[in-house]
Amino acid sequence: MLFTVLLYISLFVFLLGLSYKVSTWFLRKIGIASKNFTTSERISAAVKGMIGVIFSHKILILVKAFILDVILQRRILKEDFLRWFMHMLMFTGFIMLLLMHAFDSFITASFFEEYYSTVNPFLFLRNFFGIMVLTGLIIAVYRRFILKVPRLKTSPMDCYAIIILGVIMISGILLEGMKITSYTEFQNMVENYSDLDNEEEILTLEKLWVKDFGLISPNIKGKIDPDIISLSKELHNMHCADCHSSTKWAVIGYPVARFLKPIALTLDQLGSVNIFWYIHFLACFIGLAYLPFSKMFHLIASPVSILANAVMDKDKSHPANIATRQAMELDACTHCGTCSLTCSVAVAFDKTGNLNILPSEKLVFLKTCASGKNLKKNELKAIQEGIYLCTNCDRCTMVCPVGINLRELWFNVREDLIQKGNSTPLVLSPFSFYRGLNQQELDSNNYSDSINIIQDAIANKCELMKNPDEVISLTPVNKEFKAKVDSASRAITTYSYCFSCQNCSTVCPVVGNYENPQEALGLLPHQIMRSVGLGLKDLAFGSKMLWNCATCYQCQEHCPQGVKVTDILYELKNLAIKETFNNSMETKK
Amino acid sequence: MKYALFLGCNIPARVQQYETSARLVLGRLGIAIEDVKEFNCCGYPLRNSDFKTSVLFSARNLALAEKLGLNMITLCKCCYGSLKMAEHHMKEDSLLRDEINEILAKENLEYKGNFEIKHFLSVLYSDIGINTLKEKITMRFKDIKIATHYGCHALRPSNIMQFDNPVSPVIFDRLVELTGAKSIDWALKLECCGAPLLGINDDLSMNLTKNKLTDGKQSGADYLCTACPWCHLQFDSVQKMMIEQQRINSHLPAILFPQLLGLTMGIDKETLGINMNQTDLIELKSEK
Repeated sequence: MLFTVLLYISLFVFLLGLSYKVSTWFLRKIGIASKNFTTSERISAAVKGMIGVIFSHKILILVKAFILDVILQRRILKEDFLRWFMHMLMFTGFIMLLLMHAFDSFITASFFEEYYSTVNPFLFLRNFFGIMVLTGLIIAVYRRFILKVPRLKTSPMDCYAIIILGVIMISGILLEGMKITSYTEFQNMVENYSDLDNEEEILTLEKLWVKDFGLISPNIKGKIDPDIISLSKELHNMHCADCHSSTKWAVIGYPVARFLKPIALTLDQLGSVNIFWYIHFLACFIGLAYLPFSKMFHLIASPVSILANAVMDKDKSHPANIATRQAMELDACTHCGTCSLTCSVAVAFDKTGNLNILPSEKLVFLKTCASGKNLKKNELKAIQEGIYLCTNCDRCTMVCPVGINLRELWFNVREDLIQKGNSTPLVLSPFSFYRGLNQQELDSNNYSDSINIIQDAIANKCELMKNPDEVISLTPVNKEFKAKVDSASRAITTYSYCFSCQNCSTVCPVVGNYENPQEALGLLPHQIMRSVGLGLKDLAFGSKMLWNCATCYQCQEHCPQGVKVTDILYELKNLAIKETFNNSMETKK
Repeated sequence: MKYALFLGCNIPARVQQYETSARLVLGRLGIAIEDVKEFNCCGYPLRNSDFKTSVLFSARNLALAEKLGLNMITLCKCCYGSLKMAEHHMKEDSLLRDEINEILAKENLEYKGNFEIKHFLSVLYSDIGINTLKEKITMRFKDIKIATHYGCHALRPSNIMQFDNPVSPVIFDRLVELTGAKSIDWALKLECCGAPLLGINDDLSMNLTKNKLTDGKQSGADYLCTACPWCHLQFDSVQKMMIEQQRINSHLPAILFPQLLGLTMGIDKETLGINMNQTDLIELKSEK
């Protein structure tokens, strides 16, 4: 009774959670892709899209992706054999246990008329699949905690997945071991399944079970007379063998039973079979009920992601479906860390410690963000940096085992952050190239805002630039600035050789681009060199020239004095960013 | 000869035809390639915000190649520039080297500096040599004029890059002339393509590109030849965008050097990924 009630409760919670999760795929808005669609538009687009795929040649692509990427998990195999082996063990073992063992009364029994959980092949297979999952789990723990795969971060969700699976498996194995040794269990079986009622005969049968099948009986002590065994076997064949294979086929349960031998009688008296039965089932029910909210939800979301990405295409798919897919992909992520391992810029994490640089952690952030959590200022700063510090090299997208289209996700999320008025000094670097390349896809009205915000933030700290008519005082020299500049690098100190011949500004293609360069750029390269020499920080940092430098090194190459003009401009950019943004990130509109 | 191939970030994601054609050409010339999965970004985009991090990025790649005992070949001029720049600083500045090596040590890596970084064009010109190249060329172009675009970050600062003469470089032109094409003189040959400013100041970036394209066209070029993914994207995808935005009305198609060379080795257009270029190259034909 309790069992049925709990089963239905957990099933109910599971279904409720499942529908909630699936509904978020249509409700949540991730990045700019989802801006213009209502939930009903997204649902109808999804239905149309799915029907369109099922009744076209694309169904073949779907079948292929299902076999190669969902069942055989080719994408994991390509990256890492150990991980593939680990996951295949857990995946195959778990699914088979689920179908054959957990749902035996629905599935196995309807396929096999002769099904008993105690006969082969079911007895053996249950143990075999159990060993598979357990081995997989051991490898998982080994990878995370002993091998320490680089940049593989362990979140509470990852631990929970390992723990719940571990509890289910270990309680199941112990339960089987205890059942084998249990005298109470033996008595129940004899009573319920055999026609024996003669105590003498039962004792004879018991002897075989003690000798060969791991039973621990309080009645039998010392050596068993070999003569009586043949009689026992006869009884066994008549009454048990039809629906009970040898317990030795329980390739893991039986050794556990032998191991428990010294304490088996005590355990039996304490009713341990019952206790472990409850632990096993409760763990399964908790696992089931919590599944939609845990990492294990990837069992459902990841195949959906793989299949959706196999048939979807940014240019051809309905944009509403892209929005839905991106919300779904957040659930598909298993936090496996493959993306972070391959990430082109992950080294920056090693140096700065900003977790948001790692793609796998950015996704964790997106999950929390999508569920409506508000960000603190420093969290926002970290995520802006993390999301912009990306070369769009696509490596994460290429390796993601569940096929998440991270390329599009990053692009949409980055743009969303930018359009909400957030920015980062990194917009003033070649990291912006990809955005420029894709500008036709973006809203042109506020396209330049993110760049202006940062340029203005830097310029606003430079008072002198705002008052061009003010008389500049050359004393006292800004020693702090000079010291900072001089200690920045050896290249920068070459500014002192500058005699203002203006060669640098003459050869500069950027200066040459404007009819009135000073109006467009502020100070020109030779003037910036002199400003550094005079310790005029505002003039050195405040010119637009700095951020419009093409870094072509014409100036440096042509300087007759060996002033490393381009290198100095680079250093000034570094310093200006540090000065302006280290303590405050005043970029909110 | 064997090299560790440094692809960088742009090529695998956006200019795959450069990788394909370069691999084909290098293969024909008997150059073996080692792919290093662990390579990361060269650090070029980080230099604007943090010099040390950008050096760390480069140094990690250098240390990885060094561990394999291989010289490094790059296809990208900006990667080349960053790696060479980092090499220079790591050799000159012992404090910086120690600091960077300390971070690298966590991964059991160390930069010692006993190997070379070369750009694709230098490998063709210096390591393989004009004579070997001539032997492998089976067809030649007739009557086509090419404007070579050298790319800033390989040329300058010349004392560090050691790529070619910074004022009158010849490598690229000689390589192009091997194919039978004529390498033209044009005023803006050594100027910037505009790519470093795309996304920061698009008008300026596209103006620099426009100036170059117009000058190349006016100097009689039929095609503009590149050997860098940034420059190529700028002259290819961005040029297409500029035409769509009516920023420019003439059209000077861009081709990657290994594509040009591959054609003269008898490799077909499809294999060289010529149709992956955005600008129209249909009429380009070599003859026996």
